[in-house]
Amino acid sequence: MSNEHSSTDLTVSGAGTSPATFQDPGMPPHQERMADKDPAAAKRAERQVVVLFAVSVLGTVGMLLAYFLVPSGDTVESMRTSNLLLGLGLFLSMFGIGAAAVHWAKTLMSDHEQAEARHPQKSDPETRAAALAALEAGAQDSGIGRRGLLKGAVVSAVALAPLTFAVPLVGQVGGDWDVSKFRHTLWERGRRLVRDPSGDPIRAADVTIGSAYHVIPDGLREGEHATHWIEEKAKAVVLMVRMDPRDLTEAEDRRDWSYEGIVAYSKICTHVGCPVALYERQTHHLLCPCHQSTFDMADGAKVVFGPAKRPLPQLPITVDDEGYLVAQSDFTEPIGPSYWERLK
Amino acid sequence: MSTRATTGQRAAAGTADYLDQRTGVGTAVKGFARKIFPDHWSFLLGEIALYSFVILILSGFFLTMFFVPSMTLIVYEGPLAAMNGVEMSEAFASTLDLSFEVTGGLLMRQIHHWAALLFMAAIVTHMMRVFFTGAFRKPREINWVVGFVLMILGLAAGFTGYSLPDDVLSGNGLRITDGVVKSIPVVGSYMSYFIFGGEFPGEHIIPRLFTLHILLIPGLILALIGLHLFLVVLHKHTHFPGPGRTQRNVVGFPLFPVYVAKAGGFFFIVFGVLALMAGTMTINPVWNYGPYDPSPVAAGAQPDWYMLFLEGGLRLMPGATEFVIAGYTLSLNVLIPAVVIPGLLFTALAAYPFIEAFATGDKREHHLLDRPRNAPVRTGIGVAILTAFFILLLAGANDLIATHFAMSLNDITYIFRVLFFVAPVVAFWATKRLCLGLQRKDRELVLHGHETGRIVRFADGEYIEVHKPLDEYERWIRVQHEPRRPLEILPEHDERGVRRKGYHRDALRARVSRFFYEDRIEPVTPAELAAAHSHGEHDALEGRPSSDGVPAEIASGPSVDARDR
Repeated sequence: MSNEHSSTDLTVSGAGTSPATFQDPGMPPHQERMADKDPAAAKRAERQVVVLFAVSVLGTVGMLLAYFLVPSGDTVESMRTSNLLLGLGLFLSMFGIGAAAVHWAKTLMSDHEQAEARHPQKSDPETRAAALAALEAGAQDSGIGRRGLLKGAVVSAVALAPLTFAVPLVGQVGGDWDVSKFRHTLWERGRRLVRDPSGDPIRAADVTIGSAYHVIPDGLREGEHATHWIEEKAKAVVLMVRMDPRDLTEAEDRRDWSYEGIVAYSKICTHVGCPVALYERQTHHLLCPCHQSTFDMADGAKVVFGPAKRPLPQLPITVDDEGYLVAQSDFTEPIGPSYWERLK
Repeated sequence: MSTRATTGQRAAAGTADYLDQRTGVGTAVKGFARKIFPDHWSFLLGEIALYSFVILILSGFFLTMFFVPSMTLIVYEGPLAAMNGVEMSEAFASTLDLSFEVTGGLLMRQIHHWAALLFMAAIVTHMMRVFFTGAFRKPREINWVVGFVLMILGLAAGFTGYSLPDDVLSGNGLRITDGVVKSIPVVGSYMSYFIFGGEFPGEHIIPRLFTLHILLIPGLILALIGLHLFLVVLHKHTHFPGPGRTQRNVVGFPLFPVYVAKAGGFFFIVFGVLALMAGTMTINPVWNYGPYDPSPVAAGAQPDWYMLFLEGGLRLMPGATEFVIAGYTLSLNVLIPAVVIPGLLFTALAAYPFIEAFATGDKREHHLLDRPRNAPVRTGIGVAILTAFFILLLAGANDLIATHFAMSLNDITYIFRVLFFVAPVVAFWATKRLCLGLQRKDRELVLHGHETGRIVRFADGEYIEVHKPLDEYERWIRVQHEPRRPLEILPEHDERGVRRKGYHRDALRARVSRFFYEDRIEPVTPAELAAAHSHGEHDALEGRPSSDGVPAEIASGPSVDARDR
């Protein structure tokens, strides 16, 4: 097959004596700049370069003055002022040098274009042959071709040695590697729902229709969880809303999971795990600000729009003898984004 | 000459002699000092990337002197009244200290962040320049791959650095990362543990990201920049076509002094501009966001621009694509936009030089760049990829578009879902046609010259417009490229009716080649130019009775249209 079109195989019928392609006219004549022709212009350009360098010096001095005289202070405003002055000083200091150098190059340095020859990348046949011979001689010296056992030994030893590094690293880099922790949260029977971040328990009677509460489990930072409460919080956060019970559509088996129109759902999006935080009271829709998955809080937190597939897991709730809202149990499914063995 | 200068010269000569006796540096200086580099504004894009990286190292070093990469919780007591008594990680507290207590710390942090954005922007535009001009062709395929890896490392550097302040915005970014990682089949949960050292967020992620961000990734970038530049010097820089520029030479200016001044000066210009940006434009004001807490989240929050296409993909993908197969969950709604699409996009980008080489079957070295119009399909592919990327960027800002233009977020999302598939196809088609149109324009110019706007009436009453022919330098740039045609392959069976080995590979290659080169405009040949001249002879001014003394110019009447098909 014809792989290469050389530019000479192009023919046009009736071309007569014309060459097949145009000829490169060669480099165009050099055009002189003002500074090349006029010594006064050259002198002027030189002065401009000097001024630009001087601007840089002034910028440096200005930046140092700003550093000593305008501390960043205690407020956002004073910090911004300091930042502005330092930034302007640094700008002049740097830009002056740069502009001077470029102006110098463009006006005063020679602008005669020059050509340099290129050479093919590949080495010439003799060099290639010599390289090959060198490799062959080396291989011959080592005897690797004749001694098969040696080859196997080298390969095995070198292949196994990295395990000394990899096994201890992989063994511990994932902590205890107990991924079943995804399945459980702090919620359990009788644990109170408290407000985030104050930790105040919530009396069902105080929750007005239309209100939304950001909820965490009571005792989040106590006991055995005290050291890793932040991981527990990351799983256990709940958004609780109250609506008119007549607006609520509930599945048959979840009728007792709500309490007088109060429903509680995991706040962690089933898409990729952002906290779902924008509640629209009129439509009962809950919107994830990250990727706009929208859940209908009046209808089992079903997905009505966006990239999430599953409804938010519901936290079964009730009230204790003092009238405070409590969980009936943990979530009945893993919260948050889907993962491979989620249903196993 | 003063005595001082002579002393200076003697010292310089002494140092040079000292070094040369010990390192033979003379050979390197002889080879490099007057090395020729070609000049074009688009060659600065890679320089901007390099300089941004140097500035990132400088400002980053400053930041490491004050930043504490620890997730240990402390209670803030400092000048920022709004945060007093708030519990936060040491990482976040030290970021606040960098802004409020270290004079110039905020400037360095903002330079660092702006430089990171500029670094990625320069890398991407530099890649576009290389792509659209065909600078990736032999012998530079390896350097394209090196550059591609540098882009990926740049993304990694940006990502690992973005999360370090441990503010609520970047913390939610990490949580999204966790969700994306968990969607990976079979090993997702374990990869999440691998990254976070246990459950999200844990207390390892900031120190781990810090080590990656300040040691491993910049080290790799530095090494690969070395390799990248070494290969540039080895191959000698490509140059744009023009009179006197060939595949066998490089035309430009000597490294010393011209590029020492221009490129060296340009470093200071880039630094200056970044300082100006950092001084006047706030970026990532973490004191407004607050420390990371797993519960709050900010609306209207976007990641840095180079991550926005992933965010856009996540937003566009419909949720219906999550499946449960034999009890195992396959989250294609996350996997496709966050893993599969970028994977395909990046693979296609990395492999492109090899795909095009396969289509052309071209084994020669190329040192002259293509004008993008002369490679219509390549240019079309590039624009199509950019269009898809841009749609994803916009989709990543769909909430801002909705709030700023008072549009329905849902409608915008639906429109982008369609556009993601339609717009690249339209862009490819339109770009290819534009390129072919520009080539036709080139032919027309070469054949008929510039319109001068001068209308001449002859004695017999005929009107013509005088056209000014191109001079040979102007013409050369429009005719220098070689025509590219689809490959023709040998038939499936040879003359004895035996099936030829390798036919299917050839047939595939011919199909790819047809896709690339079937629609084409060929450059004007001298014969065609001569024919055009003789064609216009009846209304040429030369030798005609003419009252206005128009010099001998090629003139063509309105009946002479472009002769290309």
